Amino acid sequence: MAQSTLIINGTTHAVEAPDDMPLLWVLRDLLGLTGTKFGCGIAQCGACTVHLDGQPVRSCMLPLSAVGKRAVTTIEGVGASPAGARVQQAWLDLEVIQCGYCQSGQIMSAAALLAVTPYPDDADIDAAMAGNICRCGTYVRIRAAIKRAAGDSQA
Amino acid sequence: MESPENNVTRRSVLRGGLASGLLLAFHIPAYGARDVLKGADETKGKFAPNAFIRIDPAGTVTLVMPQVEMGQGVYTAVAMILAEELDADFSRIVLEHAPPNDKLYGNPTFGIQVTGNSNSIRAFWKPLRVAGAAARAMLIQAAAQRWRTDPASCTASNGEVLHAASGRRLGFGALVGSAGALTPPKTPALKDPKDFTLIGKSLKRLDTPPKVDGSAVYGIDVMLPGLRFATLAGSPVLGGKVSHVDDSAAMKIPGVYKVIVLDDMVAVVGDHMWAAKRGLAALAITWDDGPNAAVSSEHLWTELRAASLKSGAVAKTTGDADKALGRGEKYEAAYELPLLAHATMEPLNCTVKLSADACEIWIGTQVLSRVQGTVAKLTGLPPEKVTVHNHLLGGGFGRRLEPDMALSAVRVAQHLSGEPVKVVWTREEDLRNDVYRPLYRDTITAALAGGKVVAWKYKVTGSSILARWLPPAFQHDIDSDAVDSAVDMPYDIPDFHVEYVRAEPPAVITGFWRGVGPNNNVFAIECFMDELARKAGKDPVAFRRDMLGKTPRLQAALELVAQKSGWGEPLPPRTGRGVSVQPSFGSFIATVVEAQVDEHGEVRLRRVTSAVDTGIAVNPDTIVAQLQGGLIFGLTAALYGEVTIKNGRVQQSNFNNYRMLRIDQIPPIEVHVIKSGEAPGGIGETGTTAGPPALRNAIYAATGIALRRLPIDREVLAGRSRT
Repeated sequence: MAQSTLIINGTTHAVEAPDDMPLLWVLRDLLGLTGTKFGCGIAQCGACTVHLDGQPVRSCMLPLSAVGKRAVTTIEGVGASPAGARVQQAWLDLEVIQCGYCQSGQIMSAAALLAVTPYPDDADIDAAMAGNICRCGTYVRIRAAIKRAAGDSQA
Repeated sequence: MESPENNVTRRSVLRGGLASGLLLAFHIPAYGARDVLKGADETKGKFAPNAFIRIDPAGTVTLVMPQVEMGQGVYTAVAMILAEELDADFSRIVLEHAPPNDKLYGNPTFGIQVTGNSNSIRAFWKPLRVAGAAARAMLIQAAAQRWRTDPASCTASNGEVLHAASGRRLGFGALVGSAGALTPPKTPALKDPKDFTLIGKSLKRLDTPPKVDGSAVYGIDVMLPGLRFATLAGSPVLGGKVSHVDDSAAMKIPGVYKVIVLDDMVAVVGDHMWAAKRGLAALAITWDDGPNAAVSSEHLWTELRAASLKSGAVAKTTGDADKALGRGEKYEAAYELPLLAHATMEPLNCTVKLSADACEIWIGTQVLSRVQGTVAKLTGLPPEKVTVHNHLLGGGFGRRLEPDMALSAVRVAQHLSGEPVKVVWTREEDLRNDVYRPLYRDTITAALAGGKVVAWKYKVTGSSILARWLPPAFQHDIDSDAVDSAVDMPYDIPDFHVEYVRAEPPAVITGFWRGVGPNNNVFAIECFMDELARKAGKDPVAFRRDMLGKTPRLQAALELVAQKSGWGEPLPPRTGRGVSVQPSFGSFIATVVEAQVDEHGEVRLRRVTSAVDTGIAVNPDTIVAQLQGGLIFGLTAALYGEVTIKNGRVQQSNFNNYRMLRIDQIPPIEVHVIKSGEAPGGIGETGTTAGPPALRNAIYAATGIALRRLPIDREVLAGRSRT
């Protein structure tokens, strides 16, 4: 058990938690940031994706001790970045979502992709998004929405 | 701790700037105090003509959702139907989850609160229209009285009553008091569909905005003051019991609060899920494996195949199929489908606060009243003392038609001292404690003459889910779900016979899985139709078309999909197109899958095209989305889905060995919605049923190999083993 300081969505949080506690449970159970979802616990589904200094990571297997001073961005805060806001809007425009449970992770992966690859092609999208499972099968619209967020007016 | 009464909070999400330009107010009660006896919500001071509609003096229209939202878009569709007949201002709609109450919110088809069988819109289409129209008639009457004019000279539009002759208008809010004093008409005039202003438009879903920013609340997201977190382990062997638990190591883990040992499971309660998970891993549990320790998939199949040799109960017979079999070339085949898990993205969970005289449940369920009743029975509390707060569901697919997660969570809570506890299943426990889609074996004998099927004998052998889940519905040894889409085949075959053999697998509890009975039957029928077409030397589309005369809506869908999919156009080597048609769930759907099979037996999806006549499409974009997603759900099962058992243990544990299709494997999927004035059909499960036979037939076309079981066997396709 140790006191840690986390910077999440631009706000500093002090948490008392075991060093090995995955960031996912710190966010959800200690801080009440429940937008980040638990899906598998073994980094197979991507529902728990958050950003560490802009990089997408699976928070279910990321121990608190590994976060360090890096800035954490979650679905609750990703709309503050231009890429995040564009992705959220494209998701709404194309009505991507069904049950929605995986979509926090999908949006986080997509926003991270667009931040480094503003005009992704299909292979870029495959590479960035294949770690995110959607059981409702919204993949066709996810692909189209990423292209739309990138500024492709055809999508 | 705050009392529940002080704890009424609502998560209100205001969103502007949607593409439609509407300002949507979407309220979902996160948790709160409700007296179930009072019905849906506080109606004091509001116009509440029925269980679905509340209008307050400010003109805000609250619609109570009788069916649950698990991604299928039903909240939006239900709101559109109510608002259409009510002539409400759709930009000022507020939605609420219904409480448990069969009388007010029971599904007309089942008599209890159930969201399933793709029937929300089919079952509620008329009742919701009547509810909306009655409320509109009362508001119009109230305005006419105020204006001392004839109600027939007044109309309603966009949340107002208008008197065109004088130009007077009154908002619904101003009429709340006087309308509430009127008696609702029993048979209000419904709109002519040509006057619909909402139904038929692809309006934005009302549940989407909170799902893009993390503010949507699923059952698993519930947070309460003083909340404890728990996770649990059931016996690794199906049906096993706990023999002994050593919790000394677990109790030393920081944050572990309590270890609860029940006869069939062990739970660890902690300050957070991580403590609970670590605590569970640190337990030394000795299990009593019980009678199923030697059960394996081989046993299940051997028993099922033996059962399929028996005569079954006759589900339908017309003409004389046995005699007619002698009138043509006779062919036989058997098809087999495996056990499947649901694997909803939101793992099973339930939050409970139990005291001596009341129980509160926070959950996302497809069976609200059943959860309430089951918990009441377990605790001995009267049902009205069991409050159930429903939430958005992170996938249902039939898994949440069971109340078992609530039962387990309450059993955990019974060993605490009144503090609320959120019980969350790990993915491993979720997969290993599922109610599995039954394994099925379908045997078919048919005769061909003159290029058509002239005789058809079909036998379904499999578990009866209905006999367990809704016993009164299991009549005359027939499970009507198990033979759904087999007894009502779309083809013109005069001599026709369908039987059902109930065969319960050892150790395994079976449950509804997206696509339910039609999933099995459409697969077997459509696979065999392709084999028969080849025997008859006919093109699979033409073969089907010639036998669909009595089902013109399906024939039209088939014509359209053939045209849109490029049916008959040249393809690269080892590539094929496969077709399937189905009349299931009241929708008529034809699907073509184009797939390529490589020399290693790997299957690549290239293109999927569906044409659907679902009657009046309440929200056409939702129809398209449900088909797109349902097809992927079904194709995932066809390519990968199988739960296997060894030594009494389910062998799959997580997404690493229970595979899902991922975005890099998904081809373009086109869905063509056929305009129709017929009553709406069901849609949520149709794609799941359509995908597998069309894929299998594409593989048949590509390779000439007639696969007769799922999932698709790459060894067979690579020529390394036989069918």
